[in-house]
Amino acid sequence: MIRITRKVEFSAAHFYHNPALSAEENRRVFGKCNNPHGHGHNYVLEVTIAGEPDPATGMVLDLKELKDILQKQVVDRMDHRHLNYEVPELAGKIPTCENIASVIWQLLMPRITKGKLDRVRLYESPDLFADCTAETNGAGRRA
Amino acid sequence: MKVSLTRRYRFAASHRLHSAKLSEDENSALYGKCNSPYGHGHNYVVEVTLTGPIDPATGMITNLGELDPFVGTTVIEAFDYKYLNEDVPEFRSVVPTTENLCREIFRRLKSYPAATLERVRIEETGKNSFEYEESAS
Repeated sequence: MIRITRKVEFSAAHFYHNPALSAEENRRVFGKCNNPHGHGHNYVLEVTIAGEPDPATGMVLDLKELKDILQKQVVDRMDHRHLNYEVPELAGKIPTCENIASVIWQLLMPRITKGKLDRVRLYESPDLFADCTAETNGAGRRA
Repeated sequence: MKVSLTRRYRFAASHRLHSAKLSEDENSALYGKCNSPYGHGHNYVVEVTLTGPIDPATGMITNLGELDPFVGTTVIEAFDYKYLNEDVPEFRSVVPTTENLCREIFRRLKSYPAATLERVRIEETGKNSFEYEESAS
């Protein structure tokens, strides 16, 4: 099996706030991420597709095709947006790295028709990232 | 779908690779310049990976406000600007290779209460990295 990975970047604003908690609890739980005016990150997304190369093309999935999917599903939706207000898929969710990566996984899964979506890795900063992987039931690769 | 969270930390430390089970010549042949008697140092990068359910109230597997101080106290404060062979008691009898460092850091972080520790990965330099995870039972 071969894995191919494509990287894209997008820049977005967000803040963390749970309306079910008091203002004081929000500040305690979320710290500076609770600033109501928001703050931003340069997100780096790495998407990995696994599969066997097509004998006719030598490719698992044409990277151009993957690039177009990532542009349309992720960059067009999230780049230079406020994640709390402008991305319907995140409505009602706190836009943490974990939740954004999960939403990206859900957006990409039905659109990867050649090979298999293997991993979505989203960096919020060089020192923090979330991974989404398929459940392996202990028999497959590790995350 | 399974979600994990990884946080990168840094510490700078010195060490010397020398095994009490080997002769001076054998140590020198095996470890080469890493056996130099006065030790040498690295800027280590430690990646800590945690799994667990995403708490709907916070959107998080774990709150960094909780993770950072835990890793800070149990690992970074104990290792940063230290001579691993002497200043970290566990390495007085175990060679402080990065393999062993991965296991020791995993051991120290395993008791983290808020999520499940999945993996410790260490970059000893920009060219070497090592990973440790415990096999699923």
